[in-house]
Amino acid sequence: MIPFDFEYYKPKTIQESVDLFQTLTEEGKHPVFFSGGTEIITLGRINHLYTEAVIDIRDIPACKVMEFDEHYLYLGAGRSLTEIEDANYFPLLTATSKEIADHTARNKITLGGNICANIFYREAVLPLLISDSQVFIGGPEGIKAEPIMRIFDKKLQLKEGEFLIQICTERKYLGVPYVTVKKRKQGDTGYPLITVAVLKIDENINVAISGLCPFPFRSEQMETYLNNSNYSIKERIDLAVKHIPDPILSDTEGSSEYRLFVLKNTLLDCLTELERGNM
Amino acid sequence: MKLTSLMLNINGEDRTVIVRPADTLLEILREKLGLTGSKPGCLNGDCGACTVMVNQRTMKSCLMLGVEGEGTEITTIEGLKGTPIQQAFVENFAFQCGYCTPGFIMNSQALIQAHPNADDEKIKEWLESNICRCTGYEEIEKAIMSVIKNPGT
Ligand SMILES: Cc1cc2nc3c(=O)[nH]c(=O)nc-3n(C[C@H](O)[C@H](O)[C@H](O)COP(=O)(O)OP(=O)(O)OC[C@H]3O[C@@H](n4cnc5c(N)ncnc54)[C@H](O)[C@@H]3O)c2cc1C
Ligand code: FES
Ligand code: FES
Repeated sequence: MIPFDFEYYKPKTIQESVDLFQTLTEEGKHPVFFSGGTEIITLGRINHLYTEAVIDIRDIPACKVMEFDEHYLYLGAGRSLTEIEDANYFPLLTATSKEIADHTARNKITLGGNICANIFYREAVLPLLISDSQVFIGGPEGIKAEPIMRIFDKKLQLKEGEFLIQICTERKYLGVPYVTVKKRKQGDTGYPLITVAVLKIDENINVAISGLCPFPFRSEQMETYLNNSNYSIKERIDLAVKHIPDPILSDTEGSSEYRLFVLKNTLLDCLTELERGNM
Repeated sequence: MKLTSLMLNINGEDRTVIVRPADTLLEILREKLGLTGSKPGCLNGDCGACTVMVNQRTMKSCLMLGVEGEGTEITTIEGLKGTPIQQAFVENFAFQCGYCTPGFIMNSQALIQAHPNADDEKIKEWLESNICRCTGYEEIEKAIMSVIKNPGT
């Protein structure tokens, strides 16, 4: 049982959500945006999250889109991971998403909720980082679009009262060769030891990683080495891992040394596969 | 305590309940509506014992607030009486203690409805959502396969 009470709101427009957030904050209710709700419910139950009001964004039309225009694919933050997988407009996102949690849980977990989650894996963000996607954010200052690489630094950098509305990805990224690999300590479901997503565009490799550090990331510095064809793949990986951001996780899932070992092998597999042109 | 009146459509019937917006669907089903077939296990989204269907999609009812269910069609294990999948679980001895069984049957029924010709990969993808602590899963798989192969029986 969730050991505290909260009010539940389901606004129909972006403006209504923004206004609600402001009013509820002024009333001292510590509102939170609610999408799939899986994290709010599970963390709330064990008193790791407290709120007196939740604002469910899934009735806002812009949070429900799943459509193309001439240049972009738009995915609403309130869409469940399985809805996005079933549509399969972005095969790399589908493949990465299918490894998150389990099928039933993914009927509830949403794209926006996973990207904004407190847990540090947030694996659905990996394909969006390496495809230079843009995010649309709503807040007291109106709606803004930002390149995800500019606004995602360890987590999505949202200001008080801002929320993620949708993500858009250029069509040219949707059909490129990719590899996505999730290594778990044990079994076929649940959180990763290491997840790596790699895509190849214009002869360049873009890489994003979850599970290695207490945040998902894409490092352009690491990519510079991974793309340096003057070296063998193994040498490139050895140079790249010197630029992993701090700290490398060390916990019951795996020590930092083991994580690094698994990462290097996984990168070797991914890069070899992409160089062979298998995908 | 904040209470709200809620209308839920469960197994084809409209039911009105007074709940806290913070109550999960699982708590409402079991404690307010006497629908105790959905089982509390981990309460954390891991085990699948609480699985129901919402608009034909499987949901872990411990991961859903009751208020989210308004305007949807909810099916619980009590709504699957006499279905071929229920019979198949009996005939294939697909349980021991039976605690996980309602969740497995809900998930299997949703799978059969969504993918009447599901292949092994699809069955594995869906069934990984549920955990059984007693059986070796073999009998559960047999029960599901028997319905997929003979949908009318
Ligand atoms: C059994 C299980 C296994 C899991 N395994 C994995 C895994 O392997 N890998 C993985 O990455 N995840 C995994 N998860 C998912 C993860 O732990 C979170 O529960 C999930 O990503 C939250 O998504 P949600 O849509 O339910 O978000 P919510 O619970 O609604 O929200 C999560 C957080 O994001 C905020 N938020 C939500 N939407 C927005 C928005 N649009 N704008 C701004 N802030 C917002 C909320 O305020 C909250 O703080 C697992 C979950 C479960 C239950
Ligand atoms: S009780 Fe809901 S998944 Fe375990
Ligand atoms: S039969 Fe006992 S948990 Fe599955």
